[in-house]
Amino acid sequence: MEIWRWVFIGIIFLADFIVKIEPFKLGRSQPTERISGSAGDVLEDDPVGRLKVFVYELPSKYNKKILQKDPRCLNHMFAAEIYMHRFLLSSPVRTLNPEEADWFYTPVYTTCDLTPNGLPLPFKSPRMMRSAIQLISSNWPYWNRTEGADHFFLVPHDFGACFHYQEEKAIERGILPMLQRATLVQTFGQRNHVCLKEGSITIPPYAPPQKMQTHLIPEKTPRSIFVYFRGLFYDVGNDPEGGYYARGARAAVWENFKDNPLFDISTEHPTTYYEDMQRAVFCLCPLGWAPWSPRLVEAVIFGCIPVIIADDIVLPFADAIPWEEIGVYVDEKDVPNLDTILTSIPPEVILRKQRLLANPSMKQAMLFPQPAQSGDAFHQVLNGLARKLPHDKSVYLKPGERVLNWTAGPVGDLKPW
Amino acid sequence: MKLSALHQSYLSRRSNSFRSSGPLDSASDAGYKSSAAVFWLILHGLCCLISLVLGFRFSRLVFFLLFSTSSSNLYTPPLRSAAELAKTLDVHSVQSTNPVANNLQLPFPNKTATNSRVIVGRHGIRIRPWPHPDPVEVMKAHQILERVQKEQRLQFGVKDPRTIIVVTPTYVRTFQALHLTGVMHSLMVVPYDLIWIVMEAGGVSQETASLIAKSGLKTIHVGFNQRMPNSWDERHKLESKMRLHALRIVREKKLDGIVMFADDSNMHSMELFDEIQNVKWFGAISVGILTTSANIAESLDRKEEEENPRMPIQGPACNASNMLAGWHTFNILPFAGKTAVNIDDRLTVLPRKLEWSGFVLNSRLLWKGGEDKPEWIQDIDMLDGDVESPLGLITDPSVVEPLGSCGRQVLLWWLRVEARTDSKFPPRWVIDPPLDITIPSKRTPWPDAPPELPAKEKPEMGIQDPIVKHVTKTRTSRSKHRSKRKHETRTDTQTSTRHAEQN
Repeated sequence: MEIWRWVFIGIIFLADFIVKIEPFKLGRSQPTERISGSAGDVLEDDPVGRLKVFVYELPSKYNKKILQKDPRCLNHMFAAEIYMHRFLLSSPVRTLNPEEADWFYTPVYTTCDLTPNGLPLPFKSPRMMRSAIQLISSNWPYWNRTEGADHFFLVPHDFGACFHYQEEKAIERGILPMLQRATLVQTFGQRNHVCLKEGSITIPPYAPPQKMQTHLIPEKTPRSIFVYFRGLFYDVGNDPEGGYYARGARAAVWENFKDNPLFDISTEHPTTYYEDMQRAVFCLCPLGWAPWSPRLVEAVIFGCIPVIIADDIVLPFADAIPWEEIGVYVDEKDVPNLDTILTSIPPEVILRKQRLLANPSMKQAMLFPQPAQSGDAFHQVLNGLARKLPHDKSVYLKPGERVLNWTAGPVGDLKPW
Repeated sequence: MKLSALHQSYLSRRSNSFRSSGPLDSASDAGYKSSAAVFWLILHGLCCLISLVLGFRFSRLVFFLLFSTSSSNLYTPPLRSAAELAKTLDVHSVQSTNPVANNLQLPFPNKTATNSRVIVGRHGIRIRPWPHPDPVEVMKAHQILERVQKEQRLQFGVKDPRTIIVVTPTYVRTFQALHLTGVMHSLMVVPYDLIWIVMEAGGVSQETASLIAKSGLKTIHVGFNQRMPNSWDERHKLESKMRLHALRIVREKKLDGIVMFADDSNMHSMELFDEIQNVKWFGAISVGILTTSANIAESLDRKEEEENPRMPIQGPACNASNMLAGWHTFNILPFAGKTAVNIDDRLTVLPRKLEWSGFVLNSRLLWKGGEDKPEWIQDIDMLDGDVESPLGLITDPSVVEPLGSCGRQVLLWWLRVEARTDSKFPPRWVIDPPLDITIPSKRTPWPDAPPELPAKEKPEMGIQDPIVKHVTKTRTSRSKHRSKRKHETRTDTQTSTRHAEQN
């Protein structure tokens, strides 16, 4: 009997061993892993047929004329609003019959008023948005039907629909009162923050896909940089003392790790920035003036594990992409121990994260390619919108019922645009 | 200063709000008549002065301490302006996690109604007490890097790598340590299995054996009875013979892998070893030819160079469809008549038409017996005469596979540098017994050694400049130089003139 027990145990051990070999073999030929977030395995869903979007025809002063005035809007990191409009115009989800539409889209480019340096000024954006909403509410009955609950807007600016670049001012203003019921598609995401509404969809900032494509290097180039970062640590122009920019986190990174050979961090602008990212294992993505940054997109495209240093941040498509399994979250208070944290991650976990990053659907979901391809960020936005359907019956208001306060907000916002 | 400035100057956008919010600034707008205004003005000036001295905004600290509503905040602003201070300062900032409202570290309350643990405002810069790398963690990081790179090699590198069989002919001479160490270190880094066949002219010697023993590689050290002759022609012939002998060893031992020829003075890149794994039977790679040009002024015909720039490369040439079309060989015409004949001639050493090192072959080609060997390979036992290059081993040169993106990548470099035949070196480069001649150093900034040092033997060259081409020039320059020196002693000038004359 003893012998049979040992034989039994031996067989189980062998079986376990054999089963272990199989996934290893699979790993060699297919170095990626399927990604499924809290909403399930939805990255590769096709939104066509699941929703219908009606695009309002606004006069060109809201979109085309603004773009004509400053074509730089097509290349900066807020260009998603323009490309989304173009995508929707020619997409199969578009419907010309507003009666059958599930969602309504208003193409107003609020982030296209640029300074000579190329930074968008948000001072006129609330008025622009308000004027657009007044237009659609008077020309079409669909806004008043739900007070915007089945409408969505793209607000890719620093703090979304709060329309300000400074956090205190943005918090003071809060989300534009007229957008309180609409769905906001924005790049900003931070939990328990005024400027992130319940039910918003977070998208990645726009990064030019062709530019990144041209800087790809052969995949067998060994990754020899441990941690990589290029950018400002102190914003000397706006915050010379430090401690305000990035809540002191970037400065802490610099002060603690500037002479650490594992950390390749500096403020230079090398021409080989993209190539260097492909030779690094970890890429730091700390917050700046706003918690989000295009570094996340670049890190994902180039297969570098993003190290996210921004408390309570909500990353793009958080319900479709399980970011905790892909990136490394570091609290801002733990920045002095960043090297301990990163070196104590077991190698298997690191390899798994790299496999997840290598998944082409992951990379595709972060991009806004022209023309649109399946699985890209446009489709993820539509998937997100489709997941919110069907609309709750309570969004439909009785005729004459008003929920929003049209005169709320600073006096300056009420001026016509 | 307030809203209009905000609209106009974007660069100062961030700091403006702070300045506008502090009540101190109202002093600039208020009238000068009221005493309160005067008081504020004086206070403002005082705070400015203190801030100048300390380097941070003192006023904010005062207001924070006076008006802050948060409890238990110990806040020390970072002294970033003084760089040295910033390094040694241990800064901590305890953020209040008061869930009731967002407590800013600034004297105006926040209007948010949500509970967030993230506080907007100025934070301290956290620096740990010893912000330097920890060696244990550095080692762990390197292990992580190694593991990641191993995984990369598994996924994107060569699948099923074959053993590499390296054939190196060598012999004992001054430059052997230099050359052989270079090759040895390159081979030690190769990530594939390696067998190193070292053929030594003049028989197996302790020198070479001790050198290659340091590598830790699998070596086969074979001696060849002939001594290495002094002329380059003869040397090339002997090396070819030695290589053929090595190929016979591969055949006898039935070694399986890819045979490559690494001459001991060549330089190999790591990509070479990855690239030759792609060979099927017989491959050729481009070799960069590096020739030392001893007579610079006369060696190149300028006009000819401009018409037809010639690359110092030997290797396969492909046509547009990436098929082997011919061979690039090194152009020896510019060097006609000025090439080295003997090993110690200080003239340009030229390669053969096609060097052995530019070819790699599958070791199965050399095995006896049929199997699936192609017909175009000749049996090396049947070869009697000299084989100039491995092309002599095959009957049909068109079957050669061009490697390195069809010969466009130069993956190794050929170089021949040797010392004078009469140059001596300590055996195994160990000075034993120690030399008993000491040379006092004269051209140093240190004060001269005490003059009672025995004027024993000050050997000629030692520390002085090397080749003296135009003797007169150097003599005058040396004496000029010497006359400027402070620590001149008469003996020195005498010795210098003495050996200047000797030259």
